[in-house]
Amino acid sequence: MTVTLPESPGLLAPALTSTPARPARRRGVRPGLVVAGAYLALVLLAAAWPELIAPGDPLAADPLRVLAPPDATHWFGTDHLGRDVWTRVVHGARHSLAIGAAATGIAVTAGVLVGLLAGLAHRLADEALSRSLDALSAFPMLLLALLFIAIVGPGTASLTIAIGIALLPHLARVVRAQTLLVRRAGYVEQAVAFGLSRPRLVLRHVLPNVVGPIPVLAVIGLGDAILAASGLSFLGMGPQPPSPEWGAMLSEGRNYLRVAWWGTILPGVAVTLTVISLTVLGRRLQRRFDGRED
Amino acid sequence: MSGATLRPVLRRVAAGLLVLWIAATAAYLALLAAPGDIVDSIVGEGPDTPEIRAEIMREWGLDRPALVQYLDYLWRLAGGDLGRSYLLQRPVAEVIGEQVGPTFTLAAAAAALGVLLALLAALTTAGPRRPWLRRGVSTVELVLVSTPAFLIGIVLLSVLSFRFGLFPVSGDQGLAALVLPAVTLALPIAGLLAQVLRDSLDRALEEPFVLTARARGVVERVVLLRHVLRHALLPVVTLAGWQFSLLIGSTIIVEQVFGRPGLGQVVLNAVTSGDMPVVLAVVTLSAAVYVAVNTLADLAYLLVDPRLRRS
Repeated sequence: MTVTLPESPGLLAPALTSTPARPARRRGVRPGLVVAGAYLALVLLAAAWPELIAPGDPLAADPLRVLAPPDATHWFGTDHLGRDVWTRVVHGARHSLAIGAAATGIAVTAGVLVGLLAGLAHRLADEALSRSLDALSAFPMLLLALLFIAIVGPGTASLTIAIGIALLPHLARVVRAQTLLVRRAGYVEQAVAFGLSRPRLVLRHVLPNVVGPIPVLAVIGLGDAILAASGLSFLGMGPQPPSPEWGAMLSEGRNYLRVAWWGTILPGVAVTLTVISLTVLGRRLQRRFDGRED
Repeated sequence: MSGATLRPVLRRVAAGLLVLWIAATAAYLALLAAPGDIVDSIVGEGPDTPEIRAEIMREWGLDRPALVQYLDYLWRLAGGDLGRSYLLQRPVAEVIGEQVGPTFTLAAAAAALGVLLALLAALTTAGPRRPWLRRGVSTVELVLVSTPAFLIGIVLLSVLSFRFGLFPVSGDQGLAALVLPAVTLALPIAGLLAQVLRDSLDRALEEPFVLTARARGVVERVVLLRHVLRHALLPVVTLAGWQFSLLIGSTIIVEQVFGRPGLGQVVLNAVTSGDMPVVLAVVTLSAAVYVAVNTLADLAYLLVDPRLRRS
């Protein structure tokens, strides 16, 4: 008995496995992406100009209205000092976003430098750098950050640097792999043949072709950084009270969880929605970058 | 086992050891980089005279050359000696040994539960059979992956413990107290593994051998469980190894949410009081767990996929 298989199994497979509903979803407006974009725009607005959305003072305490549930005047209720949780969440966007963005910036800058260096250096130096990155990623992010904080002390700056260091290995590895590819590309060999100086070669020809995947990685990294920052400041290692940073609010509100869930859950929802939106956006960018659709 | 099979195994073990050595050295450098004199940290609030300082220097071996101290540190580390706590004046191995039990139990329970949930979610929604269920489950996974673990814990705590009183609020007595922390840690892992496993299952479902199996009249459930799952499991093994080794970090946070004893309390106290040997020991230990788990995952890969043994 002979069975003739089709040239490519992929030609036959879609007919067997896909339903008509799926191709339709690929086209047109994606509601998830729109919602994510809108939410991120709102968070950015809150970070840039919080007074516009919440005109009150995030530190103003009202001892007569302590732990009040959400109502018309206090949309998100009040915390144990009578501070308006909505105002604090809105003003906290700036703190949380700034920590995440700064940590991602550190990781991207250092990652591009280390990755380029490893990709262009002699094999031995590359090996040493790559193994060091392996060792760095052997430390779980949270513990690496705790170690750094144990050395330099808690606070916003050390939290930010610690997360930046923890995000570094992944970025550096991607840049290194990309550099190795670009290095062997025809146009680089040609530029070498033309006798271009080394710095000029790296800046003009290698670097621009290496940074392609960086925006995608930065968006995903920003989500990771915000997640890690909220965890660390929940442990009391980040911005100190009365700062309205989201993780710090979660940590403070936790003691009153039994009587006032809003003081903890609502800042937590703000963090979660931010990270979800960044993930949705990051995956969309990734698909686009890989040329998988459109 | 022949020489050809043994070589890739040895290579992976050697790579793991190399990473461990670099990690241990980095930890040692961190100890040197810590602010303040080591002697100051040991003296603490106690009596402080030049004689006492000299005594401490001798007792802790700080008067020897730096290289000797470093080699001595590596030698002791290899033998399981993690140093002495400045604060508690006891061997760190003893301090950690007392607290590692509850943390390990919690992490192991979370890992098992996470894999189980991921298998369940991916197997019921892989392929084009139930598009609505698939979309719903995918959305839940996205939310779980993006939610801080401690928030999941806080939500579970406030609903199931405070509102309905189904589970104890804190402590480590019995199985009931383990349920919520384990679920909290398992959910993000399950979300991530399920996403990757479903992708992998989808790809395996389009392989020609699935067509062959279906043509032979094999029931869909058997196709999925016997043929597709085995094929699709490979990339998930690596990811699972990586996730398990990260568990020690999230366990520290979740222990705080549920007021459980364990490594979390030990390391947080050490961080706030500057007890570097304890911090470093926990960090080095977690790096060792990472290397061990990932080397094992690599070896499992070799075991499952004969193609990799040849390279």
